[in-house]
Amino acid sequence: MSQAVVAKLKQEFPAAVVGIVEHRGEITVTVNKDDIVAVCTYLKDSAGYNFLCDLCGVDYLGTEPRFMVVYNLYNIESKERLRVKAAVSEDDCCIDTVSGVWSTANWPERECWDMFGIVFNDHPDLRRILMPADWEGYPLRKDYPLQGPDREPYQGRLS
Amino acid sequence: MVVEQQGGANTAAPQQIDTNVLGDNIITASLDKIVNWSRSRSMWPMTFGLACCAIEMMATGAARYDLDRFGVLFRASPRQADVMIIAGTVTYKMLPVIQVLYEQMPEPKYVVAMGACASSGGIFDTYSVVQGIDEALPVDVYIPGCPPRPEGLLYALIQLQEKIMREKNSFGAAIGVGEVVPG
Amino acid sequence: MATKKTMTINMGPQHPSTHGVLQLVLELDGETVVKAVPHVGFLHRGVEKLAENRSYHRALPLTDRLDYLAPMSNNLGYVLAVEKLLGITDEIPQRAKVVRVMMTEITRIKSHLVWLATHALDIGAMTVFLYCFRERELIMDMYEKISGARMTSNYFRVGGLSEDLPAGFEQDVKAFIDAMPGHLETYEGLLTGNKIWQKRTRNIGYISAEDAIDIGLTGPALRASGVDWDLRRDNPYSGYEEYDFKVITREGGDTFDRYTARLDEMRESCKIIQQCLDKLEDGPILADTPAVCLPPKKDVLNSIEGLIHHFKIVTDGFKPEPGEIYQGIEAPKGELGFYMVSDGSANPYRMKIRPPSFVNLQALPQMIEGTMIADVVALIGTLDIVLGEIDR
Repeated sequence: MSQAVVAKLKQEFPAAVVGIVEHRGEITVTVNKDDIVAVCTYLKDSAGYNFLCDLCGVDYLGTEPRFMVVYNLYNIESKERLRVKAAVSEDDCCIDTVSGVWSTANWPERECWDMFGIVFNDHPDLRRILMPADWEGYPLRKDYPLQGPDREPYQGRLS
Repeated sequence: MVVEQQGGANTAAPQQIDTNVLGDNIITASLDKIVNWSRSRSMWPMTFGLACCAIEMMATGAARYDLDRFGVLFRASPRQADVMIIAGTVTYKMLPVIQVLYEQMPEPKYVVAMGACASSGGIFDTYSVVQGIDEALPVDVYIPGCPPRPEGLLYALIQLQEKIMREKNSFGAAIGVGEVVPG
Repeated sequence: MATKKTMTINMGPQHPSTHGVLQLVLELDGETVVKAVPHVGFLHRGVEKLAENRSYHRALPLTDRLDYLAPMSNNLGYVLAVEKLLGITDEIPQRAKVVRVMMTEITRIKSHLVWLATHALDIGAMTVFLYCFRERELIMDMYEKISGARMTSNYFRVGGLSEDLPAGFEQDVKAFIDAMPGHLETYEGLLTGNKIWQKRTRNIGYISAEDAIDIGLTGPALRASGVDWDLRRDNPYSGYEEYDFKVITREGGDTFDRYTARLDEMRESCKIIQQCLDKLEDGPILADTPAVCLPPKKDVLNSIEGLIHHFKIVTDGFKPEPGEIYQGIEAPKGELGFYMVSDGSANPYRMKIRPPSFVNLQALPQMIEGTMIADVVALIGTLDIVLGEIDR
């Protein structure tokens, strides 16, 4: 049934949907970041995806655009999952907030800002959540050292 | 003095009890030893569980491995505690809080670093974890383990008790003459 | 000149009732809480970044320490996620699936026992704390027999289990689940009809079903508000579709309903464990995928091929195909999700953990507003949060 939803989504937003991938039984839809609120509102109201499981960022260092913001959605009625992704480039590192669509998004977006530095426009309370308030740097970026900027990197083998 | 006990319903004949077992009831000890003995047998830790080791600390305080029989009573306020058991990972965000709490504890105070994370950072060699609480506080006993077994925590508390018993000039420090010399 | 009517106090990271290092900044108007702002992050250990530097096998012990009250549950979520990424979910042998379900349900009871112990202790019932920890010691004995550690078990492996069940284990489990309903009756007898308990928990912290879904609440807290959703039944994993159990829901949505819902969940877990014991048959415990699973120890010690195989898996690891998946399981506290991205190398490119307590805690400010300060501890207890999971 997710395929039907995705087909309808492509009909509604032909310009926004950039890619559709199916892997291990799960469907991932990549959309333009400017249309993310419209797509999410459509998915929540018309397609029934009323639960946002998870919102996170991924850093693909070396590719352009660098970041991906990933939304994992769930439809409680039909028990189906869907993933929506939006690419965010490093120069224009911001995206609209979806905390107006699902209030769940509030803290995960703060965490994404804290860990990656992606700004969420119109977020009600965008400040650091896991790191101390005066921390500099965005820890989960691939170019941030694991031991932190002021310690020696681990000399042994971790994996 | 010998006392004759009247036989009750269960005794066959009146028994004789010798109440002079301790001689004339005089015990000699050094003042330092008495102070050390009373301090070590009633250590009151502050409830400072941070992470998984806190659950093992709670389990040690529960019924199977009872801590109360050692005189250990958990106090929530640092003003009423004399041991701080750092149970769990210390992060840079939490470190100022720990330092404030340590300064709020009155002397004499002791610190036990419970678990691998408090002793040396544990498996979390990352940007946000303090690699051992001894970067900021003087630690008396380290307990290895992830998490240490309750018997490990009990052994550490007994080691701390013996360490306190070895201190010198405790009575002098208590009345204001000189400082405690750690044993 | 404006006069401030509210007083701001700090329920700091060190507090006996905050269940870990949670800071709540409360604005009080007398005894009533006007606003509550939670601050988390005092236990942020960088687990996600650490996992990016370790191979898939070596990232498994990190998951024990997330929700440290239910370690095998986190292990299960991670292992299922990696198996989904590899595409070997259908090759897990039956015995491994049954043992996984059995240990996960025992873990659910373990987690709910700590919830009840600390929730009751905060409200004032100290006896329940000691009773629950007594039962928990029996579970920890079982954990120790099966994996060697009381808490951080690291027992499941990608592809199955690390070791088979020890001799006599099934009798221990049977003795435990036979005694458990009696213990649950004891707890209910102490608390459910108790006037003090009722006054402290009825009509406290009401949240409606729509608000709960909107804020992202999952687990028993959501089901106590009337939403009939349980991942074990709706998106089954590890063979859960073969078991017969009820999904406990309540209509009230207040603290008392969450309390009775979790107690009934413990009873359902006992039923599932009994079904597991009946289903347990002999068989292999690791999937037949030599690229992923370690060979049995007797092959490692007696043949050169086994030794080389073991060496290659421990040092090089396995490399899943590039792609991404999301696996959610019904952990005791809610939906625990693992979103994993693989780029074809031996380390996970991104491991995002969706902790149930992190999202559940967002509901706390709206539940607290308007209640009295004494209810704050009851509400933190009823949400059943664990900071290791929130902060990762």
